[in-house]
Amino acid sequence: MHYPRYNTLKRTVTFSLFLFFAVSLSAAESADGKQLLMDSCSNCHQIDMPNKASLTLQEKINRKGPPLYFAGHKYQQAWLENWLQHPRRITPSGGNYWANAVVVTDEGDEIDENKLTAHIAVNQQQAIAITQYLLTLKPFPDLIREGEYTPGKVPRMLAAKDFRKFKGCVACHRDEEGFGGVTGPELYTAMKRLTPEYIASYIRNPTAWEPRSLMPNSHLNDAPIYKLMNYLNIIVEDLP
Amino acid sequence: MNSVNRITSFFLLAVTLYSLSVTAQAESGITGKSLYQAYCSQCHGLYGDGFGVNSYDIDVAPRDHTDAGEMNARTNEDLFKAIKFGGKSVNKSPLMPNWDGNLDDQEINLIIKHLRKICCEGGQ
Ligand code: HEC
Ligand code: HEC
Ligand code: HEC
Repeated sequence: MHYPRYNTLKRTVTFSLFLFFAVSLSAAESADGKQLLMDSCSNCHQIDMPNKASLTLQEKINRKGPPLYFAGHKYQQAWLENWLQHPRRITPSGGNYWANAVVVTDEGDEIDENKLTAHIAVNQQQAIAITQYLLTLKPFPDLIREGEYTPGKVPRMLAAKDFRKFKGCVACHRDEEGFGGVTGPELYTAMKRLTPEYIASYIRNPTAWEPRSLMPNSHLNDAPIYKLMNYLNIIVEDLP
Repeated sequence: MNSVNRITSFFLLAVTLYSLSVTAQAESGITGKSLYQAYCSQCHGLYGDGFGVNSYDIDVAPRDHTDAGEMNARTNEDLFKAIKFGGKSVNKSPLMPNWDGNLDDQEINLIIKHLRKICCEGGQ
């Protein structure tokens, strides 16, 4: 709506992608994806849209993994396909309720590494089928503004200061390996993992995605959100 | 004047009904302690002593909520403001977030009761 030219481009791309998948992936394989998810993943992940809008705190605490029912808006396809075959930790405290992995010590609260478990991996074929299905899950279209973000330049020192000191994101998120908070997902990989539209939308209003998100709403306008995203763009380049 | 008054009272009635309906939605079984542990202990610590898992890489230490002296120096209104609108609203660090997007007033008040317990009544 805001970017008509982008949308035309997108429609063309979507159509060619459609042609590509129509020949390379049968409908049966995408159905396989759903079956695999129900069999191997739904124990820990919410796959189907919940039939009520609210999520209680107790339900959030009991979750064994992040919800996947809006995965189609959230993940980048290449990252998802690859990660499912070679999963590695994203949230230093485990990615379910953060306190599950935390022990109180004389030195202060710490993560007990013994309480963190490795994520199940799938083979390439399964990863493709699962990704294919997950990327169809796109509820809440109102929360997404397609093509809203155009990368811009920002001086690294200032941007880091903004992320860490002024906006306080580093309290809960790492912006480099080993530095930052542990209860939120690492953000130095965010630009590889997540779609820019989702990142912008989540920062704008975390509880619109998850009523019991543990992330505060900083009431940021577009400009400061894009500035933070420009910083995420810088730090993703540090990855090996 | 009269019609203005009527509009005002209608508005007040609407607000009251709305807040009643919000009150009625409060999650059953929720406690100040469970809210505090989920949202606040990330930084302030599971025991409220300021040594949460997120406290290590930030420039300002989260307040020790078991420090009776510091906590007694603050009224419930001070605490409410700091929690709802964040550290900046009480001239403290922005590293203390605003929770208005996550917690309703009733939940904040439950948390304040819990804070009073852990600072000054030896409870946890
Ligand atoms: C034992 C519980 C468990 C099972 C079974 C499980 N997962 Fe997970 N999954 C998790 C947890 C916990 C995380 C968070 C990891 C992190 O943040 O470090 C996660 C993370 C993910 C993520 C990344 C989420 C994000 O937003 O960062 C995806 C995608 C995912 N899982 C897909 C799957 C799929 C597909 C399956 C089935 C093949 C599966 N999971 C099975 C617990 C589980
Ligand atoms: C009090 C801790 C806290 C603060 C402060 C915080 N976040 Fe978060 N954030 C979280 C948690 C926790 C999640 C994961 C959702 C959940 O479990 O509730 C999250 C999720 C996200 C996500 C989605 C990432 C994903 O993999 O799902 C983005 C993007 C994000 N935060 C960016 C930011 C930015 C930018 C800031 C600073 C303006 C910020 N966060 C401040 C705790 C925080
Ligand atoms: C992201 C980390 C973080 C989280 C999460 C957090 N706080 Fe804080 N809080 C801080 C920091 C840092 C300070 C110290 C601010 C200062 O001294 O300038 C603080 C200070 C406070 C203060 C003292 C304000 C004053 O008048 O000195 C109160 C009260 C407080 N927090 C309550 C809470 C409550 C309640 C929650 C959960 C709803 C919470 N905090 C969650 C970081 C956090």
